[in-house]
Amino acid sequence: MSAPAPRSTVRHYVSRVAFVVVVVLVAAFFALPLTWLVTAPFDASPTLTVEWPQWTLANFRSLAENPYALRSIGNSLVLGLGTIAVVVTLGALAAYALSRVRIPGRDGLLYALLLLSSVVTGTAAMVPLFQLMVQVGLINTQTGVVLAMSGGLLPTVVFILKDFMDSIPKSYEESARLYGARPGQILRHVVVPIARPGLAFVSVWVLVQVWGNFLLPFILLRSPESQPAAVIMYTFYTESGQADLSLISAFSLVFSVPVIAIYFLVNRRYGFRFHGGIKS
Amino acid sequence: MAPALALIGLFLIFPALWTVYLGMTDYRLTGLAAADPTVVGLENYTSILGDPGFWRSLRLTLVFVLASGVLGQTLLGFSIAWALRRLSGPVKSVVETLVLAAWVVPSSVGAFLWLALLDRRAGTLNALLGTEGTAWLIEHPMAGIVVFNIWVGTAFSMLLFSSALNGVPPSQMESARMAGATAWQQLRDVVLPNIRAHILTNTLLITLWTFNTFTPYLLTAGGPNDESAILPVYIYRTAIPGGQLGMGAAISLIMLLINLVIALASMRVGRERRRRS
Repeated sequence: MSAPAPRSTVRHYVSRVAFVVVVVLVAAFFALPLTWLVTAPFDASPTLTVEWPQWTLANFRSLAENPYALRSIGNSLVLGLGTIAVVVTLGALAAYALSRVRIPGRDGLLYALLLLSSVVTGTAAMVPLFQLMVQVGLINTQTGVVLAMSGGLLPTVVFILKDFMDSIPKSYEESARLYGARPGQILRHVVVPIARPGLAFVSVWVLVQVWGNFLLPFILLRSPESQPAAVIMYTFYTESGQADLSLISAFSLVFSVPVIAIYFLVNRRYGFRFHGGIKS
Repeated sequence: MAPALALIGLFLIFPALWTVYLGMTDYRLTGLAAADPTVVGLENYTSILGDPGFWRSLRLTLVFVLASGVLGQTLLGFSIAWALRRLSGPVKSVVETLVLAAWVVPSSVGAFLWLALLDRRAGTLNALLGTEGTAWLIEHPMAGIVVFNIWVGTAFSMLLFSSALNGVPPSQMESARMAGATAWQQLRDVVLPNIRAHILTNTLLITLWTFNTFTPYLLTAGGPNDESAILPVYIYRTAIPGGQLGMGAAISLIMLLINLVIALASMRVGRERRRRS
């Protein structure tokens, strides 16, 4: 009985060490590219190599002076907020209607829409979307990008919001109606306040989707004045002969921080819920 | 409801149908065929199917989806979830945060981080490995985008599997341990049968997303010599810089059909799971 015991402790020990090594390697794999994002923006003379920075905030000053950089962050905001406005308004109305009206085949309709939105992705539909925008004269306009994104995101949003709407007791609306409230008033004063967490969640989700989206603004917007940060970032490192690393590093950080912050805040508050959706 | 449906109709259903029509024309971005496209029937399809470039792109896509999505993300995501399942505290949250951060960072930033890491002259990877002057993305473009996509997407599988592992009844694990099962046997006989549905869902979703991702374009732009031109990149280059909208639409339709098959399969799995639970 004495022989197996030491062997199994040795084996146990070896497997612990192997475990730790593997965890460290995996962590390094994910951390290595990200390190540059944390060090280079604060380095007085950033290179592509990760190194301990000579601390400075000068890179952010040169970022603030670059007209394209600032405007592109503004454009990302315009696209994000515009899409939120369209998607949340239309999505809430549609979800409310679907939740309250009994029509045959309602669930089928919802599933068909969801199926459609995962089949007709921005990538698979880039050619017809591009051609459609050229035809209706929305090419090179932010309206065009907002509408195209909204179309893609709406089915998922309706699906999520319908769940929230289903959980609102009908009796609230009925008593409001008894007091003579018109449908618009019921929606504004009864339904929207109760559904607010759902609306907030959907807004955040839409913002994250739009903020990082590259393909649609890349093909639909041609002038640098209207392009969002995702596209300008790409322009910065591909089109300028000698990449300006102090600009790129500061810009990447400023562009990434909002979504990272939102993500971890929401994750902490609601737990992980960002399943599904368009991640292209 | 009507406005929402109208918007969905205009930007989802219409593009899908329009693809069918466009794919049968010789539509071009500029020139005579731009002003007055003619219907050429199935000509686009015969020329695509006879084009070795298309078949190569399809083969590269298959490799990309299998290696980075089905194998890479799923296995790595599961392994991380499995390794971290009984840990708590700083180690777990550091690893999870790193994996999630890679997922959340906007794709054009993530791509640049990898360009910096893999740079020929000043890249950190060459400095670490002592492989001065290796141009990773030119010598191994496919491996480059596969590893990049694993880095980006593993978070989803990790999260999905860690919630799935939480759902495995502890009593079953306990009795397997009591019966003297090794970790591997526990994994095979207790865990995998319990999370089979999750594995299927995860695989289908990852396949769909990996198949549709355009992000590798930011890393290699399909090059060098089309060696990493997966289908989305191939469509983009044919239709928009190349100007052959009709041809691009025809390839898009093939892509839409593949998407439809994957999505139908994943919905069917989802419905069966709901019916059983």
